[in-house]
This record gives sequence, C-alpha cells and structure tokens, in this order.
Amino acid sequence: MQLREIAHSRTGDKGNIANISVIAYRESDYPILEKYVTTERVKAFFGDLVTGEVIRYELPGLGALNFVLHGALAGGVTRSLRLDAHGKSLSSALLGMEIG
Amino acid sequence: MNPPFLRIGAGAGYSGDRIEPAVELAEKGRLDYLVFECLAERTIALAQQRRAHNPEEGYDPLLEARMAACLPACKRNRVRIITNMGAANPVAAMKKTAAVAERLGLKGLKIAAVTGDEVTDRIRNMDLRLLESGEPLNSLRDVMISANAYLGARPIVKALDAGADIVITGRVADPALFSAALIHEFGWSFTDFGRLGKGTVLGHLLECAGQVTGGFFADPGYKDVPDLARLGFPIAAASADGDFVLTKVPGSGGRITTATCKEQLLYEIHDPARYYTPDVVADFTGVRFEPLEADRIRVTGGAGNPKTGLLKVSVGYLDGFIGEGQMSYGGPGAVGRGQLALDIVRERLAFLGIEPADAQFDLIGVNSLYRSALPAGAPAEVRARVAVRTADRSIAQKVAEEVEALYTNGPAGGGGAVKSVREVMAVRSVLIPADLVSTEIHFQNS
Repeated sequence: MQLREIAHSRTGDKGNIANISVIAYRESDYPILEKYVTTERVKAFFGDLVTGEVIRYELPGLGALNFVLHGALAGGVTRSLRLDAHGKSLSSALLGMEIG
Repeated sequence: MNPPFLRIGAGAGYSGDRIEPAVELAEKGRLDYLVFECLAERTIALAQQRRAHNPEEGYDPLLEARMAACLPACKRNRVRIITNMGAANPVAAMKKTAAVAERLGLKGLKIAAVTGDEVTDRIRNMDLRLLESGEPLNSLRDVMISANAYLGARPIVKALDAGADIVITGRVADPALFSAALIHEFGWSFTDFGRLGKGTVLGHLLECAGQVTGGFFADPGYKDVPDLARLGFPIAAASADGDFVLTKVPGSGGRITTATCKEQLLYEIHDPARYYTPDVVADFTGVRFEPLEADRIRVTGGAGNPKTGLLKVSVGYLDGFIGEGQMSYGGPGAVGRGQLALDIVRERLAFLGIEPADAQFDLIGVNSLYRSALPAGAPAEVRARVAVRTADRSIAQKVAEEVEALYTNGPAGGGGAVKSVREVMAVRSVLIPADLVSTEIHFQNS
C-alpha cells in the first residue's frame, strides 16, 4: 500500500530546509505512520535530493509527523536552480512511499 | 467593554494573491479586521532596489489595486486593515493609501506606517554569523542590498491604540500582523505568553489565506475541494482567551476541514514545540481541531513560552545571474532526443570554456522535480531544461542562447524554446538582540 492511501502531506520551505508534514486521514492510523515512515526511510527515499540531516517530530495528538530535511533545496529558494525551487512537490512524491 | 468575539479575515497570502476574496471578506465577512500578508523572504530586498531608484517606490506593487478594491467596504463596515504591504517603504505606502482613499471620497481614515525594521546600516559592521552557513556577515559586505529585522506585534498595537484604521508595516513576523489585533482589542499583556502563543496559532493558520480554506490542498479522488476558482479566504472568530473558530464566508468556494487546518498548522514549521517569533516561542503540539459544522472548526490548545530576545534579520544580497533555456521534444523517442539535447549543451559549454558556479540539466517529465528518486515511465513529451548560476550576465545569456540554438543544431523536432536571464537576489539570515531595533510610527489622515 502507498502512504497516499492513509495520509496527506504538505511541504514548506525556509532557506535551504524543507519540512514535510505527513498527516493520517484517520488519527487511528497514526501508529502505522510512526512505524513505517521513519527518518531513515525518508532520507533513503529522497536519496541525493537531500544532502543533510533529516529530523522527525511526532504529533500524536494530531495524528501527524513533521519531517525537517536539511539541505533539501539546492542552496535555498532564492538561489536554487531547480525548477521547483521551493520543493513544494516533495510532499506528493513522499505519498508514493510503500508502507505496511 | 471588550467585544465577545473578534473577527479577523485574511485578505492575501502572498503579494500576487487574488483580490476578490478580500473584497468578499470586507463586504460579507462581518469583520473587525482584514489582514494582508504580502511579503515573502526576498520580496523586501527587491523592493529595496526599487526604492533606491525612486524614493517614492518600494512598497507592494499591488498596494494601490488592493486598497482601491477593499477600502470602500472596509470604511462602510468599519473594518480596520493591517498589512505588511509597506515592504521597503511603509511611509510611501501610507501616502499612496491616503491618496487612494481621497480619490474614492473616503474621508477621515487614520493611516499609520511602522518603520524601523530596516537595519542595513546598523548591522553592516557587526560581528554576526549567517545562520545558514556560519560564515561571517561581512563576507556579504560588497553585495548586501538590504537587511530587515522581523518586528513583533508591539508597534502595530501602538498604532491601533492611537486609533489607526489602517496600519502599514514593512518586515514583521507574519503571525504578529494578526496577534496585534487580539492584543489591542483584548488588552493582552506582552508577558502573557500563553495567550500570545494562541494568537500565533491563529496568525500562522491565517497568514497564507486560501491555504487553510482548501487552496494548495486538492488531490482529486483523495482530497476533493469544491469551487477553487472562487476560493473563499479564512475568518477567525476569536474570544478573549485566544481560542477561536475558523470559518469563511458562506457560499464561497473551498472548504475548511480538520485536514486543511492540520496541513496549514505544520506548514513551514520545524520543531512544533518551538515556533520562534519576536513576541513568543509558540508551542503547537497541544493544538486541537474540532469540527462544529460544515466549514467551521474550533481551534484550541495553542501555548507559548517566553521569547528569546533575539530578532531574525533577513539579509538580501546579489548573487550573480541565472541563465536558463528550455526546449520540448515529443512522440516516440522523446526521452532519447531530450537527453541528447542536454548532452549537446553540456558539450557546447565545455567547448566554449563556460564553467558556471552551478548548473542544472533537467528533463521535465522525467527528472526535473525528483532527479532519480522516482522512476519515470515513457512520457509522450519531455522538456529539456538547462539552468546555470554565474557571476557574469553575458555568460548566463550565452547559456540560454545555446539551448535555443538546438532548434537548428540539435536533435529532431525540438520546439517551443524559451530563454531567460535574471539577477539573483538571495537571502541569508542573522540574529540580533531585539533592543538594537527601534521602531517609529507615522500617521496621515485622509
């Protein structure tokens, strides 16, 4: 199953750091997110797209995780050469992650 | 007596945002305040350049259009306006707004401008480190264009206390544009960090306007949103304790659900327990969203801790030029021809001795967003894209032209070439003690 079946997601940017929220549609699915959407798997998923550390913050009360990806925006929104300099499309990719 | 509920609407989520949703809010939102957040990270540095060319410029390019559209209903319905559309020149924005009001025959509006966020000369020779890289600030000294500190709510509150109907600022922490209204109306103390934290939650949820009412959310079949072409912007109805109900004008497009609220709460957030603002370190971890009825969500549980006493400063600096060219290829073999096009340009740059500081070779449709992180199929069409950053404008121009030259020198069937060159205004950040910044408030009546 793809993450997309149980969760939705949005990317934000600050400088060269992207954050990606992963939010369970049903809060009862939160333990699945916690188990399968790990820091290591997210880091591996994006490969060389993300050059720095990945940190996961947990929000069980909202049924959500928040990933902070350092070095994810090729130098930052204002000087990146990427087509999507904000990294806004990163969240959509992550929803294709296989879980369970 | 304090009002039982304060109704605050968000009239813009970025400088180019739609204007009619703000008019709809001013006319039908039963608002007390309408807030326009229009200042992205580098917008103010670009505005600073415009001001350098003309001292009457440097405010938001859409200020006049937004004010002309919204002022009549705001005046009629006694809706006060707070906005950072002053950008690099709040005083000129105040004068322009007064002129717009007078042109529309709207007399007796008190307009305020907040200045003091600009600290370019003050910090130029300070021993500060860039937050992103740890390098000294003075490594940018020859290319620095502007430095603007993120102000808190205090100067806005002062302007409201003095009776301003419209408050125009430059760089201010986005949520402070909203919390200032709460602080003024409910008489909150600047040491009441719990309430300031709740005000920050309100401001953070509203500051991107349509992003909490169904914009930036739709994913057909999974997350459907009605009538995005007529997206309604959000309204918060807040009580004196800082909790609030999020809603929008009945009949407007979009939707507000716990899901739209959660996405926006975590938008551009790092540690949700520590969201730094000039007024408070807000804690979002206890926030809860309770659906009341359609498009009405009760928001509770925001919290806060004492501020750090430091202000973030955005430093804008010139960082060379980006030259870019694109060309499309389609049909069977599109990916192969697009790849050949990129290889040709790569070889041409080497042949011409062009060594840009940074270069990107993309096949849009295959790897422009995620490189190799996602597998690509066999798209019906691809777009070859080459972008470089270089200190020299003529080199950037040359690279863009090399892509265009693929028309007659490259693979079969290349079409739709575009080329562009732009100067890069990059942004870095430093932290400074808050007491280095002194603000001033200016007034003008229409």
